[in-house]
Amino acid sequence: MAEVTLKNLCKSFGEDVAVDDVSMTIPDGAFVVLLGPTGAGKTTTLRLISGLEKEDSGEIWIGGRNVSGETPAQRDVAMVFQQYSLYPHLTVKDNLAFPLKSPILKTPQAEIDRKVAEVAEVLQISHKLDNKATELSGGEMQRVSIGRALVREPAVYLMDEPLSSLDAKLRTDLRVELKRIQGSLGATLLYVTHDQIEAMTMATHVGVLDQGRLVQFGTPREIYEDPDSLYVASRLGLPRINVLPADVFGGVPPGTTQIGMRPEHIRQGDGQDAEVMRVEHLGDQNRLHLTLKGHAITTIADPSTDYEPGAHIKIAPKNPLCFDADGNRIR
Amino acid sequence: MSSFSVTEPSDRSKWFAGTLVIVYALITMMPLAWIMLTGFKSPSDAISYPPKVVFEPTLEGYVNLFTTRTRQTEEYLEANPPETWYEEIVREYDMVIAGPSKFGERFMNSVIIGFGSTFLSIVLGTLAAYAFSRFKIPLADDLLFFILSTRMMPPIAVAIPIFLMYRTLGLSDTHLGMILLYTAVNISLAVWLLKGFIDEIPREYEEAALIDGYTRFQAFYKVVLPQAATGIASTAIFCLIFAWNEYAFAVLLTSGTAQTAPPFIPTIIGVGGLDWPAVAAGATIFLLPVMVFTILLRKHLLRGITFGAVRK
Repeated sequence: MAEVTLKNLCKSFGEDVAVDDVSMTIPDGAFVVLLGPTGAGKTTTLRLISGLEKEDSGEIWIGGRNVSGETPAQRDVAMVFQQYSLYPHLTVKDNLAFPLKSPILKTPQAEIDRKVAEVAEVLQISHKLDNKATELSGGEMQRVSIGRALVREPAVYLMDEPLSSLDAKLRTDLRVELKRIQGSLGATLLYVTHDQIEAMTMATHVGVLDQGRLVQFGTPREIYEDPDSLYVASRLGLPRINVLPADVFGGVPPGTTQIGMRPEHIRQGDGQDAEVMRVEHLGDQNRLHLTLKGHAITTIADPSTDYEPGAHIKIAPKNPLCFDADGNRIR
Repeated sequence: MSSFSVTEPSDRSKWFAGTLVIVYALITMMPLAWIMLTGFKSPSDAISYPPKVVFEPTLEGYVNLFTTRTRQTEEYLEANPPETWYEEIVREYDMVIAGPSKFGERFMNSVIIGFGSTFLSIVLGTLAAYAFSRFKIPLADDLLFFILSTRMMPPIAVAIPIFLMYRTLGLSDTHLGMILLYTAVNISLAVWLLKGFIDEIPREYEEAALIDGYTRFQAFYKVVLPQAATGIASTAIFCLIFAWNEYAFAVLLTSGTAQTAPPFIPTIIGVGGLDWPAVAAGATIFLLPVMVFTILLRKHLLRGITFGAVRK
């Protein structure tokens, strides 16, 4: 396992800037999640590290080695693609064995058998080993393609939304399993996702990308609780952070034009009068959709509360996040 | 009770389609069947009118195809009784077998040139198609159009320049010359067909292989080729059929050493009058390799013909 460092990495496709001056250090054994909307450069970053794309400028260091100019095979990385790319002409077993049989690894057959069986066990696909790859369901295919990465012990694992095509239960199981494997191997892992729960539960570090630029890099808690900008704040949180003009509640530092309140950062019982529009009973909590002076606000309440639509409650922000006109945080 | 389905054809239309296919197959197979039957007729049965469908089969046509014969005096015939079944057949006409005909040799020329040029077209075509499909090649579209444009005129239009070139280069009447010529004609077809097939193979497979520790060529060999098998097989059949049946250039450029079967078969007619059974026997044998090759690859061919119709 190894440390991965990106230095001033840039990549454009014609006019489109995909990755814009990204510098980041992924410590050895870290689980780094990249967040950002579609087109923010997450996948391109992975492809640059893997060597599938050539950077326009900047450097990539893996394990203290500048890998620019090296082929993907030489870089010793494993990658899980968003679309499961199993070799359709091979069986599941041969798919899993494929990286081990490569001219670079040339693993002995006994070792291949042992590793394939072990990984198949973890991913619950042992009974499918002799099937053709095309005979699997989508979820099974994706597990095999994760397995094809896990049979190796590369310098770094790169995963591009590997769990997005799985059903909820399997996603939860594999999330726990991936984290366990990563921990026990001490593996360095760079992981792209849209899923907040994946980011919060698995990551040791989160990097937020905006139009190719890395706008914040820190622990999941830092990103969630102490975002540098409105953009970063709105990447995490479900329901999303409520954004209101600064003058709705007042009492904010000078220069603040808007405030952000996470749903759990709203005090009920005093402050401004808001009307309940809709109540969602989620079991462990109630989700309240309110309007306050024409602004929609979402907050959560104890499941025992029984607000009805049309009811009025008083709310006030609890430590709101303050942002200037450009969306930058004012501390 | 019958259930209604939008996609499943009704029994009646299945019967109709089935009958139509059978009738069509019978019509197209008729000439082939007639050639095969004629090969087993005696020369008089072959030209009898009305045509004979029921006749006494004989191997005379095949014997005549593979041998050259001479007329002999009665003394000679009596002194040398026939030793084999095929000598007996010729004796009926007071002839003896003088030696093997050139058919075997010409047939082997067809095999060498046909399969040789098919092999070369497929190897070069696959590599070129892969490059066109995967790499950024300057002026790729123009190059592809240029390659296709070689098919836009009948090849025979350049017969005379090629004839002169081949004479100068010493390629006339050589196996190599014919292999190169048929490859040159077939390669445009091969590149275009195969590019279509390779385009349909997602790049992700190769990218996965590159990351799994393989070089680009190994990824091509281990991942792309097996998936392009269908396309390669059907392209190979098209190339072989062209090279195998080609007549005009074979007549023009070959006369001896490298002459293929198509220009040779008609010459049988002149050897001993109109020997239709021998011609038919030659045509029958000539059909076999392409037929066997096609049958061996037919499950690929079926997908090949419908390629592009259904995306997975």
